[in-house]
Amino acid sequence: MENRKFLTFARTSIKNLFRKPATVGYPYQPADYPERMRGHVEIKTDNCILCGLCMRSCPPGAIRIDRADATWTINRFDCVQCGSCVNACPKECLTLLPGYTQPASSKTEDVYQCPKRPTPAPPKRPA
Amino acid sequence: MAKRSIIPFGPQHPVLPEPIHLDLVLEDETVVEAVPSIGFIHRGLEKLVEKKDFKQYVYIAERVCGICSCGHGMGYCEAVEHVMNIQVPPRAEYLRTIWIEMSRIHSHLLWLGLLADALGFESLFMESWRLREKILSMMDATTGGRIIFSVNCVGGVLKDITPEMLREISQTMDDMERELKPIMETFLHDYTVQSRLCGLGVLTRDQAILYGAVGPMLRASGVEYDVRMTGYGAYGDLEVAPITAADGDSYARCEVRLKELIQSFRLIREAIGKIPEGPIAVPVKGSPSGEYFMRIEQPRGEAIYYVKGNGTKNLDRFRLRTPTTSNIPPMLETVKGCQLADVPLLVLTIDPCISCTER
Repeated sequence: MENRKFLTFARTSIKNLFRKPATVGYPYQPADYPERMRGHVEIKTDNCILCGLCMRSCPPGAIRIDRADATWTINRFDCVQCGSCVNACPKECLTLLPGYTQPASSKTEDVYQCPKRPTPAPPKRPA
Repeated sequence: MAKRSIIPFGPQHPVLPEPIHLDLVLEDETVVEAVPSIGFIHRGLEKLVEKKDFKQYVYIAERVCGICSCGHGMGYCEAVEHVMNIQVPPRAEYLRTIWIEMSRIHSHLLWLGLLADALGFESLFMESWRLREKILSMMDATTGGRIIFSVNCVGGVLKDITPEMLREISQTMDDMERELKPIMETFLHDYTVQSRLCGLGVLTRDQAILYGAVGPMLRASGVEYDVRMTGYGAYGDLEVAPITAADGDSYARCEVRLKELIQSFRLIREAIGKIPEGPIAVPVKGSPSGEYFMRIEQPRGEAIYYVKGNGTKNLDRFRLRTPTTSNIPPMLETVKGCQLADVPLLVLTIDPCISCTER
């Protein structure tokens, strides 16, 4: 109980009156995202081979691949931005970019059309 | 004998959004007994380990709790690495240590803010959280997430910290230590704060050991025990001495956490000075078979991770004992004999995380 002082915070309070705000005036002022920020997943559809490794590695199961239609679908409301798919992608066509996705009143999916590739021929049997 | 009455406290209560319910048995305004009940936010995350690949489960383990996220990821990974006999590269151990110490700073500053809020000292609450924002920005810049890092993986870490970033972290630690001084002065010496905290909810050294208190709650009762002394991660190369206080009251718990902040600033600077060059992860082949208990010091206290593998990609069992689970019995002991108005503050002084507790 010793060493009690009064008005220990007065100096900080008075200083704060003349400081500029510690917060950013978002949305009037744009938010400053760091380069490494895990905001949302982007796909470069040109390189995608629809292998399905991202779909299998996704912990919440937010990614779906349809090989017949050659589509890559993501439910952005299920995605937890962990980066598991980005690490699993063999063609490096997935990236995590800064910036959050838009809010919405219902869960929707983003569908991306990938180039249709011919089905690879089955491996030849050894003679 | 005065008439006894029972007052329900929680799960929605005035200090913090953590759903713990206490049935408080009162004699006039004095608490005679507190009967806890939890289970409002059980999510079954331990069971999920049987459904997910053991490498994928890291992302789930670190979502058990928002504040101790990095520690949960690290504890799980270290347990699996011990089962599989994986030697993690030294740089990865140092990076994990730097990140977990950063999360300790963020957790303690969050708690200090909540404490100031519970005392009704709003400007001190804002000041603590203003300081916390600096460490959150640093975590965002190095890992990509403000709270959930997603940097731990079985075999090492996923991201490296560049030398420029390490210098920036070191500089931020110096700035934060300087800016913490006036906040620390207010918490430790202010008349108002001392009037609310001193002599409130005393837990003696013997009681702390008997009821199994962990972390700052245990150290505030004068027990020199910190799991970091066992030397997991990079702590073997760093100087870790447990910070203790003798009184065991709410003021002592606040003092221990404040001094641990200074210790964490020093540990991060020391780790940055000693960090070796080299790879950050090793490739992992096969699946875990066997079991292991891993203990790590989370910001709130000792956490235990039990992992049992059966040689397949899905683990048989994952068990997590969190610091709050251990700290609830001592907390119930401290509320006995206190006034009803002091109960919220006493619940807060254990730094409760019910999300962790219920998993």
